[in-house]
Amino acid sequence: MNNMLRELYQETILDHNRHPHNYQHKPTGANRCAHGYNPICGDELTLYLTVENGVIEDLGFDGHGCAISIASASLMTEALKGKQVEEAEQLFNKMHELLTTEQSPANVSDVGKLKVLQGVRIYPMRVKCATLAWHTLQAALHQTDEPVTTE
Amino acid sequence: MNFHPMAETSFPVQQIRRDFPILDQMINGYPLAYLDNAASSQKPLAVISAIDHCYRHDYANVHRGIHALSERSTAAFEAARHKVQTFINAASEKEIIFVRGTTEAINLVAQSYARPLLQPGDEIIITAMEHHSNIVPWQLVCEQTGAKLKVVAINEVGELDMEQMISCLNDRSRLLALTHISNVLGTINPIVDIITLAHKHGIAVLVDGAQAVPHLTLDVQALDCDFYAFSGHKMYGPSGIGILYGKRELLEDMPPYHGGGQMIQTVSFEKSTYAELPHKFEAGTPHIAGAIGLGAAIDYLNEIGMQFIAAHEDRLLDYASEALAEIKGLRITGQAKAKSSIVSFVIDGIHPHDIATVLDQLGIAVRAGHHCAMPLIKYLGVIATTRASFALYNTTDEIDRLVQGLEKAKALLA
Repeated sequence: MNNMLRELYQETILDHNRHPHNYQHKPTGANRCAHGYNPICGDELTLYLTVENGVIEDLGFDGHGCAISIASASLMTEALKGKQVEEAEQLFNKMHELLTTEQSPANVSDVGKLKVLQGVRIYPMRVKCATLAWHTLQAALHQTDEPVTTE
Repeated sequence: MNFHPMAETSFPVQQIRRDFPILDQMINGYPLAYLDNAASSQKPLAVISAIDHCYRHDYANVHRGIHALSERSTAAFEAARHKVQTFINAASEKEIIFVRGTTEAINLVAQSYARPLLQPGDEIIITAMEHHSNIVPWQLVCEQTGAKLKVVAINEVGELDMEQMISCLNDRSRLLALTHISNVLGTINPIVDIITLAHKHGIAVLVDGAQAVPHLTLDVQALDCDFYAFSGHKMYGPSGIGILYGKRELLEDMPPYHGGGQMIQTVSFEKSTYAELPHKFEAGTPHIAGAIGLGAAIDYLNEIGMQFIAAHEDRLLDYASEALAEIKGLRITGQAKAKSSIVSFVIDGIHPHDIATVLDQLGIAVRAGHHCAMPLIKYLGVIATTRASFALYNTTDEIDRLVQGLEKAKALLA
């Protein structure tokens, strides 16, 4: 298989696509929700969070999309469980940098397992798939009513 | 060119490929296999040269200047109109309106033909397999007039439900707008029967011919359609130019769509009078080089022969349908008996965008998504499809590569 494809579709991404974590999981007591939708490609995502005292106690998502968008949402929910809202915001900024800047950021290891998504950067048409979950998270944390899109 | 229509090997596809310079390139280390022709087709040298020649030697505004270049430009522009007329066998050049594309042609008919005619409670009929460009203009005109939009369903193989079509046509129906060939399913609709049926009820018919014109021999007089809309860019011509064909008596009675220069006879601040057909509908400076390029595309197609092109594409469709059916977990969406060279499919457990990315890495260009037909995709009960669409320059080797690519995608992602 082509190396470029392996770079994009890393095993971790393929695993999370086949068996997404926190998928179709609406936490009891969820008090934050946002909807993400990319109309051109059709990816759709609803994110639920339970936030108590500034901590993301639990979260889950529902929807459908390509392997990149599903894996990105799965990895994100896994990374954020138990994190403070402030930490989630910081991670959002780091992921945004990782996915959208041309050069790989120096401190890529800061994002831990999420770095498997960095292969997306060289596929301009696919970056929006990876960022949808993260922008939906922002909307949920900031209680935006409008559906989010990254197209 | 001399070749026999029946002999498979006699279609000079390799020679034709050399007419399309863009095809001769590597994508991600593989030769380009361009299988996204239903979205837009590539351009032969004849078209590229005609546009180049226009701008190098003959370009000026049309129908205006009293000087050599304007006369040459006008002559070439009007010659292109004549080529279109002959190509679709329209009765008169006055029935050939240059527009930007199929979308603009349909909007023109919606606003200039349907809107003045429609009363609250009247009905416009479309089908479940329409492209957004043959849905939204009608929704707009329905909102403006209080008319209703009715949608004829399709069956499980992707053919129109003719019984429902018959029951839809009634004395409140004012216009039937439908596609000749579905851009997702490839279905070729029985357009002659449908037009005959609609005319029995006194209902005018608009045909969206965007997918049909590059594949079929077209005769608008034999079809007896009232309007026929198509684009240059899907028939090897430039983008930004297209055609609205309309029956002369209908076009004569319609008010202009856009106001401006070129479409007037006299202008005063009290009242303007409009130019004769076709200029009444061609306000402003047109896409001159685009029209000339479209004329060159028609010459090119005529030189090869539409019947030979259709036969070649039918062979590609049969070959692809058979080869794709061998792939486990793949389902072709659209199995109509009469089909054009468009194959949409889904593969269990793999999203079409991931398929398209894998194929692109192997130099193969396909379309993935809803193909500007969201209601149809929803109707099919899928999220999106992958679509391979074939043109006169495609080969069975390219289809073999598509199949291998899909097996790779399955191995990687399923």
